[in-house]
Amino acid sequence: MAAEITISADDVRHIAGLARLELTDDEVERFRGELSKILEYVAQLESIEAAVDAKDAGADLPPARRFRKDRVEPWPDPGTLHAEAPDFAGGFFRVPRVVE
Amino acid sequence: MRREATALARAVRSGETTAAAAVEESLARIAEVMAGELHAFLSVREDAAREEATEVDRRVAAEPAAALPLAGVPVAVKDNIAVAGDRLDPPHGAATTCGSKLLEPYVSPFDATAIRRLRRAGAIVVAKTNLDEFAMGSSTENSAFGPTLNPHDRGRVAGGSSGGSAAAVATGCVPIALGSETGGSVRQPAAFCGVVGVKPTYGRVSRFGLVAFGSSFDQIGTLARTVEDAAQLLAVIAGVDSHDETSVPDPVEDWVAGLDAWDPRGLRIGWPVEYFGEGLDPRIRSACETARDRLTAAGADVVEVSLPHASYGIAVYYVVAIAEASSNLARYDGVRYGFRAPAPTHATLQDLYFRTRAAFGAEVKRRIMLGTYVLSAGYYEAFYGKGTAVRARIRADFDAAWERVDALLSPTTPTPAFRIGEKVEDPLEMYLNDVYTVSANLAGIPAISIPYGRVPARVGGGADRPALPIGIQIMGPALAEKRLFRIARFLEREGGKGGAADGSER
Amino acid sequence: MVQSGEAGGGREAGGGYVPAIGLEVHAQLRTASKIFCGCRATYGAPANTQICPICLGYPGTLPVLNRSAVELAVTAALALGCTAHETSIFARKHYFYPDLPKGYQISQYDRPLASGGAIDIVLEDGSRKRIGITRLHLEEDAGKSTHTPDGTLVDFNRCGIPLIEIVSEPDLASPREAYLYLATLKQTLEYLDVSDCNMEEGSLRCDANVSIRPAVQAALGIKTEVKNLNSFRYVEDALAFEIERQAARLDGGRPVVHETLLWDSVRGEARPMRSKEESHDYRYFPEPDLEPLVVAGGWREELRSRLPELPQAKAARFADRYGLPAYDAGVLTATRALADYFEAAAARFPDPKEVSNWVMGEVLRVANERGEAIALEPEPRPVSPDGLAALLRLKAGGKISGSAAKEVLGIMARTGRTPAEIVAERGLEQVSDAAALAAEVAAVLDDHPDEVAAYRGGKVGLLGFFVGQVMRRTKGQANPELVNELLKERLAR
Ligand SMILES: [Mg+2]
Ligand SMILES: [Zn+2]
Repeated sequence: MAAEITISADDVRHIAGLARLELTDDEVERFRGELSKILEYVAQLESIEAAVDAKDAGADLPPARRFRKDRVEPWPDPGTLHAEAPDFAGGFFRVPRVVE
Repeated sequence: MRREATALARAVRSGETTAAAAVEESLARIAEVMAGELHAFLSVREDAAREEATEVDRRVAAEPAAALPLAGVPVAVKDNIAVAGDRLDPPHGAATTCGSKLLEPYVSPFDATAIRRLRRAGAIVVAKTNLDEFAMGSSTENSAFGPTLNPHDRGRVAGGSSGGSAAAVATGCVPIALGSETGGSVRQPAAFCGVVGVKPTYGRVSRFGLVAFGSSFDQIGTLARTVEDAAQLLAVIAGVDSHDETSVPDPVEDWVAGLDAWDPRGLRIGWPVEYFGEGLDPRIRSACETARDRLTAAGADVVEVSLPHASYGIAVYYVVAIAEASSNLARYDGVRYGFRAPAPTHATLQDLYFRTRAAFGAEVKRRIMLGTYVLSAGYYEAFYGKGTAVRARIRADFDAAWERVDALLSPTTPTPAFRIGEKVEDPLEMYLNDVYTVSANLAGIPAISIPYGRVPARVGGGADRPALPIGIQIMGPALAEKRLFRIARFLEREGGKGGAADGSER
Repeated sequence: MVQSGEAGGGREAGGGYVPAIGLEVHAQLRTASKIFCGCRATYGAPANTQICPICLGYPGTLPVLNRSAVELAVTAALALGCTAHETSIFARKHYFYPDLPKGYQISQYDRPLASGGAIDIVLEDGSRKRIGITRLHLEEDAGKSTHTPDGTLVDFNRCGIPLIEIVSEPDLASPREAYLYLATLKQTLEYLDVSDCNMEEGSLRCDANVSIRPAVQAALGIKTEVKNLNSFRYVEDALAFEIERQAARLDGGRPVVHETLLWDSVRGEARPMRSKEESHDYRYFPEPDLEPLVVAGGWREELRSRLPELPQAKAARFADRYGLPAYDAGVLTATRALADYFEAAAARFPDPKEVSNWVMGEVLRVANERGEAIALEPEPRPVSPDGLAALLRLKAGGKISGSAAKEVLGIMARTGRTPAEIVAERGLEQVSDAAALAAEVAAVLDDHPDEVAAYRGGKVGLLGFFVGQVMRRTKGQANPELVNELLKERLAR
């Protein structure tokens, strides 16, 4: 990583887009400054020599992994889950039409 | 509440008092504290708790004592731990909000594993406590529903993110409470509020039902006024769970038996030099020295150890935990549950996503942004990859230390509770408050913070009232909870005093 | 122009383009429950009835891996010649879509379950071509979105059903080869019983990567991704369309751009997708809720030892052991059920070629008429192998004629009775008594003196007429071979 990390307003907007966060122009500017500062702090990691592993937890693998048996254990009342939905209509979870 | 949890459970089991009476006492105290606007609670399960108390009183007559280690004990639970409610039955419709607007209309249809075990042990969940939104913060100022004030000084924070649970115990509303940790979120508020806070080994307590923040760090922890209660509560909720692959299969020992009989002869206690550097309040340093001297006086050996990568803990945490957080928070999209932003008729799906997720608070947005950035194309290796590699180094530092010592003694926080608003403008400054606690989360090891005296709010301000509690921390190797409880109990017995916040010394 | 690429993999030089196609196939695994929760994994239930807090991504829920899903995936990997890795790691693949509850799919990324396999396809000219399999990994299915004018409706029943994703090398040189690869893969997965492979129900789905390059160029061209190739016909149509589209661009001097296209089977065209996954930045990272998946040698070898014989090996064995022509062996091994049926019948009757003829012919016809598939399980269909063997024995022993045997087979399928019972009941038994038939022959010749004279005068074609007359007198029960013999003998006198 670069020692000097500068994040542009466009970078902030791009990241916000990936994360589906609506930001005001003020927020864009504030996050630009804060993220730059935090990433600069985090950049101290660069100075450490450490091998990159796929999963650091891999060092101490559990001897026997536990699985779930392939048994059907249905949720007793799907209706409770339908009731939590902001818009549930005709048996379906509904959202505004996806523009394809 | 007058009694400690273990004593209260004994009294309920022996018929000296009832679960119903215990719940009434707790509810009455909660009402007093709520009137005082500390803002420790997000919801109170008044009717449900009363019904459950009746049921526990029935069980006391029918079941053996060993089945009900927490018979009739009221418990407060951080509001990121699922307690089943029923949306269609308002008295039992208590929400699980995570301190967020995104879950404002959400009622969990299931209990967390820890809650199921609490109920089985005879405990009664009386209230859900305030927290930083999705547990992201160190002061409970990031709650969408307002901050929790420190019961010892209302101008100061209760700590966070389990600030509500710490305040609930400190004010005597409940003898014990559940919190959660991703990076010090039980121990730091425990230290600020003058109570005991335990972060168990990663995997000791099932995460099923704990709303995810940084999944490879998250653990449910316990808060109590005494070490014994904290240990008893942890013993009840600990143990392998078929709903959580990362829960550890190792047996849960009896952590309470023999607590008082133990003495530190032959104990090798480590003094991690990196934890006593710049930025540490000298009065907290001196509290640690007092504890060290008590241990040596009783026969322990003190060994200086070095944890060379300790200072990178915060940086690693803010790469790895935050990457996981950005992923874990992707599910709050307004489709299946929780909040959906009202939208004009012709809105698109993308409008729905962006407007709904705009309701996250500033800190949560900041962390989602940061996490998304470090995982995004081109940056993964430099940030996440490097972060996990350094995390492995931090674990290795601890492993090397355990060759030489049995446990480590350190401060819990660099300072006592800070003022409300003092750090909100500087996120990095806020993050650095977790510098001593975060390593245990990175390494997955157990740690406990116990109250160890009080100091005036300002250095040298001896006459200032009120005095603020401070905490000291003991860390140990994975699965060494028993050892930590014994050391903590020894120090507690030998004069650790946080004190209750309602004026009385208990 | 684009070379057909049918024979020799389309590699011959020429002025045209050579396509390079790779397929990404998703197959649902046949487990009883979903991959990470206890919900039922069956198809066809009313929308949103097979759901729970876990597969809906409720706050606080965690996945726990279904052991059967792992076994089925490893079985498929081994059968496809892949190396099944001792340790594989689940990863989160992030994108926002209403049918993806957690905002990420639990999949595998840089440490897949298996890699480096191959399958052979048999081209139309009978030659074989080896198609590389890059990787095979385990993941969860998403829900199903239906777009209506009133909004997008989501059904999460499918969400969390275990999938294997099988990615091929870009070794396929034509839409036809892609078709053959998909058919062979489907046949293999069905043989293994790891998937239903029902494309209509969505349990087998296919996407393609397509590029073309000038025949003289070695490096692959820029590829596009074509999604939604969810029937065998679409695969060929869509690939032919996309190859022509790319060729037209290159011919017009415009480069192919890397993009994702969606096959529209109604309009018969592939259109670029606009909204989904705008940047393909999936932000993969290791799934912290799941332990690494360790399939150690012992477990893996146990699964290998349970692998069934695969279609190509079985066809070779049928040709060898039963002396069948390659064509018969291929047809009889099309499905495991058909092959098992053939073997059960062949074990009960000494002439395998006769069994093969009947299974491929009459037995198949009867089964089709009855809307059944030939199978042993759960009950033998359309008739039991014992029944079929008994029938063939009656025919071989001259007890019934070939046409009677066909009739009896149909009745067996309808009634479940034995061929002997049916023959006796219906008086279908063939007269093979030479003395009795000789009398009938004599009677026919006596009745037709003019024809006898004409025959003897050289019109030997009249033999058929005499046979017909004898059959008529015997109501078709005379053994035709014997009748022929007797007639020739008498007329020669
Ligand atoms: Mg896939
Ligand atoms: Zn489910």
